Amino acid sequence: MDRMPKWADALLVPLISLIIAFFISGLVILAIGEDPIAAMKLMIDGALGSTYGWGYTLYYATNFMFTGLAVAVAFHAGLFNIGGEGQATLGGLGVAVVCLALPWPHWSLALGAAVIGAAAFGALWAAVPAWLQAKRGSHIVITTIMFNFIAASLLNYVLVNIMRPVGSMDPASARFAVETKLPRLHEILGLVGIPFNNRNPANISLLIAMAACVLVWVLIWHTRLGYQIRAFGKSEKAAVYAGIRPVRITMYAMLISGGLAGMMAVNNVMGEAQRLVLNSVEGAGFIGIAVALMGRNHPFGVFLAAILFGFLYQGGAELALWTKIPRELIVVVQALVILFTGALDNMVRMPVERVFMAFRKAK
Amino acid sequence: MVGNEILGRQDTAAPSAPLAIELRGISKSFGPVQANKNISIRVARGSIHGIIGENGAGKSTLMSILYGFYKADSGEILIGGKTVTIPDSQSAIRAGIGMVFQHFKLVQNFTVLENIILGAEEGRFLRPSLTKARAVLKKLAEDYELDVDPDAVVEDLSVGHQQRVEILKALYRQADILILDEPTGVLTPDEADHLFRILRGLRDQGKTIVLITHKLREIMEITDHVSVMRRGEMVATVTTADTSPEDLAELMVGRKVLLHVEKSPANPGRTVLEVENLRVVDDNKVERLRGISLQVRAGEILGIAGVAGNGQSELLQVLGGISNGTGIVRLNGESLDVTGKHSDGQTRRAKGIAHVPEDRQHLGLIMDFTAWENMAFGYHNAPEYQRNALLMNNEALRADTARKMERFDVRPPNPTLAAKSFSGGNQQKIVVAREIERNPDLLLIGQPTRGVDIGAIEFIHKQILALREAGKAILLVSVELDEIMSLSDRIAVMFDGRIMGERLPDQTNERELGLLMAGMGDK
Repeated sequence: MDRMPKWADALLVPLISLIIAFFISGLVILAIGEDPIAAMKLMIDGALGSTYGWGYTLYYATNFMFTGLAVAVAFHAGLFNIGGEGQATLGGLGVAVVCLALPWPHWSLALGAAVIGAAAFGALWAAVPAWLQAKRGSHIVITTIMFNFIAASLLNYVLVNIMRPVGSMDPASARFAVETKLPRLHEILGLVGIPFNNRNPANISLLIAMAACVLVWVLIWHTRLGYQIRAFGKSEKAAVYAGIRPVRITMYAMLISGGLAGMMAVNNVMGEAQRLVLNSVEGAGFIGIAVALMGRNHPFGVFLAAILFGFLYQGGAELALWTKIPRELIVVVQALVILFTGALDNMVRMPVERVFMAFRKAK
Repeated sequence: MVGNEILGRQDTAAPSAPLAIELRGISKSFGPVQANKNISIRVARGSIHGIIGENGAGKSTLMSILYGFYKADSGEILIGGKTVTIPDSQSAIRAGIGMVFQHFKLVQNFTVLENIILGAEEGRFLRPSLTKARAVLKKLAEDYELDVDPDAVVEDLSVGHQQRVEILKALYRQADILILDEPTGVLTPDEADHLFRILRGLRDQGKTIVLITHKLREIMEITDHVSVMRRGEMVATVTTADTSPEDLAELMVGRKVLLHVEKSPANPGRTVLEVENLRVVDDNKVERLRGISLQVRAGEILGIAGVAGNGQSELLQVLGGISNGTGIVRLNGESLDVTGKHSDGQTRRAKGIAHVPEDRQHLGLIMDFTAWENMAFGYHNAPEYQRNALLMNNEALRADTARKMERFDVRPPNPTLAAKSFSGGNQQKIVVAREIERNPDLLLIGQPTRGVDIGAIEFIHKQILALREAGKAILLVSVELDEIMSLSDRIAVMFDGRIMGERLPDQTNERELGLLMAGMGDK
């Protein structure tokens, strides 16, 4: 017998955690002498109060969906991939190589190739730690985080020494051809007659991210590979009994995970910047861990959590712009959200469970 | 009629001697599960009192309450006639209760002496405690046949000796009441006999022994009184001399049970499995199988007897494709790679080998997976579970699982429940259903009824025999000698990675097998 209904487990508990996190954030804002109610209002207005705000929220959410899915897929295999940052960095390199290599006639062709390039580079970057884990037992947490640093240095080197246009002082690639410019969200929504602000970076990648959520869901729960990934993740010993090969599953899971993280670059490099710059990932790889945690490693949970974190990002930027509250405070808010929805999950879950049990008994 | 008479019997053996333990109306529930319902029991001083019941009947919960691990929701505990409260195990020890757990709680790299004084050290320095313990130990060894080298390191001791250390630990703390939880599960018949001699000695010196077990034979052999538990309730307490194993089994299960397996004579056909000089070296470079050779024919059950840890697990695992070894293995005359280079559990299954592993919770099932996900475990590539090249057919799998659960009487027959929410017996039925329903040529089956209730044991035994009737080869590994004796057509005994000898069940006895199990064989 379940201790409480599924909806309570999936929605009620995170929601209560979230409220507590926001409440304590409010206390922190109060402590630095600002008005928490006004700050909250400003965040909501800034992130969700206009289609401009929504555009930015969804743009960030797109990044987080990719990196969140990456963490979730690896997690189902029992692997903690915290190298999303590096894999997304390499994904950016893949996108830049694809976009600059050929004179693309149309964005759709470029998009297809860029998705493949981003995924391939991201997967490649995850493959090395995966191989070390599967064959040599080097812990994937250690190796993936190391590879984040290597990725940053590699990108630095490539941008400065190889991709920098002659004469440019900026450590960035050349601007991509205008034909590779992806359709923005306002153009897409315009087709169905929905008015949307046009000064925001949200683009077609959002739809790719949403499709990725569905595909990951199918992969994990409706394919043999997903079955084997989950079995391996729950118990390696039992997986071996069933004839599931640990090396193979570790590799597949990490390649998919790295590929998903890499695909984030389609959004930020191709969709927004239209060129590759240093530190283009901006921590989204790490946010992905929190998103997966909060989304309980379920693709639809990741989707919702990504939007929440998109809101925090955009709302936080607005806060920094219009008040004396420093931008760093939003990191505190995010940390509190992660703390309560992830680490302190049981603190909320146990009392809620007890309430449900008591309620059931009373019936 | 007969059944009702037995079931209705209550407390025929109210002891007249002074009581060591009296529990009155103990109840304990965990959430919605009532583990103990209004349990009353009276244990006479200076007696051996057995507590028997199926898994999940509430024996362990009751003893945990007595030892201070759990607090009862209601009820009274009286030790030596005085009401006591036992909030923790320290209080239990102070009340004179000692407990020997099924899984020993010894520090492996400490000596016997150090383990004995652990937690009972006196003063600032160890030396006086050690000296005192050494003297006490010497006396206990003389009084009760409890001889153990006080300076031996525990990890070098045999299981039987480790158990003696546990008993000594309790006696050193001046326990008057000794509770033993399934003490013979890990012992050879000889070691078990020795343990029983020790227990009788303790009783004759006035100690009180509570023996928790599921083995009827032990109850009959050693106890003075026996209490039977069923589904959290105490259904009867009887004097052992007045009862029979059949009566006890019926009390435990609540219906008549066949204790003896009815089986027809074997009709062995062609050789299905041939093993020659099979060797396995483990991760620590220890040779666990030292040249095993055996054959299993169609329509035959080969039972492998032995004390746990003598290579039986390794044998099953290497044949099942879980671990690797060297040697020649042929299935239906076709040679099989056991080095792991060209084969794994999948190729074994494809060739017609099914494997019910010894450890269903860590190997045979994924406890967090639902029953239907577990029903595909190992057979997830089977064509009937696929919708198309990409997707699995989860609906078909659920329907298939529901059918198999029905056929194997898995309760509750709900394919969407997680494996961990089934009882041990029903978990095992899921594994057995999955493997037997594949109609394999060779079934590897390890500890088929470990932690399984009597009703399910009967059912699983019938299924194994049915497979044999169908002309399949079965390799059975079990540490339960009764099970090996009653199911096998031939018995091979393993000791230290070797086969010590082969016997026919009707031409041997437990004593002879026991000697082989202890390594005194004909080779």
